[in-house]
Amino acid sequence: MFNRPRIIPVLLIDDRDLIKTINFKKPTYLGDPVNALKIFNRKGIDEMAVLDISASKKGIEPDFELLTDMASEAFMPLSYGGGIKTLEQVRKLLAIGYEKVVLNTSLVEDEHLVRDAVALAGSQSVVASIDAKLVKGQYKCVICDGTKVIDMTPVELAKHAAELGVGEIFLNSIDRDGMMTGYDTDLINQVVNAVDIPVTACGGAGSISDLKDALVNGHAHAAAGGSMFVYYGRLKAVLITAPTEQELTEAGIYTE
Amino acid sequence: MLVSVTGVGLRETMVAIINYGLGNLGSIANMLKVIGEKSVITADPEKIKAADRIILPGVGAFDAGMSKLNESGVVDVIKEQANAGKPILGICLGMQLLGNASEEGELPGLGLIDFSCKRFDIPAEMNLKVPHMGWDIVEFKKDVPLIDGIEGRQRYYFVHTYHAVCNNSEDVMMTCDYGYEFACAVNKGNVYGVQFHPEKSHDFGMRLFENFCKKC
Repeated sequence: MFNRPRIIPVLLIDDRDLIKTINFKKPTYLGDPVNALKIFNRKGIDEMAVLDISASKKGIEPDFELLTDMASEAFMPLSYGGGIKTLEQVRKLLAIGYEKVVLNTSLVEDEHLVRDAVALAGSQSVVASIDAKLVKGQYKCVICDGTKVIDMTPVELAKHAAELGVGEIFLNSIDRDGMMTGYDTDLINQVVNAVDIPVTACGGAGSISDLKDALVNGHAHAAAGGSMFVYYGRLKAVLITAPTEQELTEAGIYTE
Repeated sequence: MLVSVTGVGLRETMVAIINYGLGNLGSIANMLKVIGEKSVITADPEKIKAADRIILPGVGAFDAGMSKLNESGVVDVIKEQANAGKPILGICLGMQLLGNASEEGELPGLGLIDFSCKRFDIPAEMNLKVPHMGWDIVEFKKDVPLIDGIEGRQRYYFVHTYHAVCNNSEDVMMTCDYGYEFACAVNKGNVYGVQFHPEKSHDFGMRLFENFCKKC
């Protein structure tokens, strides 16, 4: 059977700029998010995630004007996360062309919103984003864009999110963010084994073999990444890039 | 697309994208714009009647979709226009609503094509998650205007938990394999339905919209 795991570039937005972080900190300016999405679209990318780190931090609404411009360039599935606080915002995101909304802080602070979003859009359209970080040797979850550590492990939060009805987990390793040294497959396995819904792994991707590692050894259902899709070479020159169909097939990621 | 109408000259054709509160309307309108088609997002029966083609989008649960269609007051006009021969394309839940019923709900569908929807029932040992989510390849089963001239392997983006089961094999337009072979697109005359999302399937989807607007 045709098997094409989803490979998902993540675009991070901070105040209308395309940026990339390291360990959720040190944002580096990369360019214009609309243009970046246009280039990814031209490359025929399978799926994209757009995450706005300023909306949640500043407690402001998603930037619908920018998001509408971005969606109009994208003929692939799109998800959006950042600053979503109301059902009306969920409805609006779906209407302008995002088929999935990504919720993080509300998983613990506003469960009603999660349940209502699932009832409105169906579980396949609601993604729980789990930001995990090692604290004294133990995985803990962090909310509010990495600023607030809560007393829950990623496994506990994933189970909780699945009970709320979400259709997918987006699992981010803060420790690996921007490092390009490979995924944390222990963390991925723990979460994959804890829930029945698909898990997208993020954090640490630096190469095609890293993507394969997350899928084969981490048993993730999809592999997401940031740096490897926006940087090129040892000196990290800014370049929108993505593995080709042929490279992914040769690596054994796409199979028949 | 420009159509010559005797005595009137050239006029642009119009696609009505039915707005009943569910579905990826913006993405469909964007893709139609790229291929140079005019569209209107509407639930107004007059505008639907005036359009040359109808797209019925939709995401979510079957009964929620059918109730919203009923509330929007567009059920009669859709049936009437479809029966009068106007090309109609259902997408995702919009395809499922073209059938008779679904295991997911209690309400009857539009009944324009003789099929009903059932939940994926995949043997546990195959270890496949439901919903069927992601890009998948399809096989064409029928020579119809919607896929006229499209050659080579086509892949589309899917997200669904229920799939069509046609009562007449000649209504199966395309199949896909996920655990087993199922009908992922249906057709009867001028009525077409696709389970996947052409508006989210890059050039593969764009070609279907082009055919729908130019050949159907």
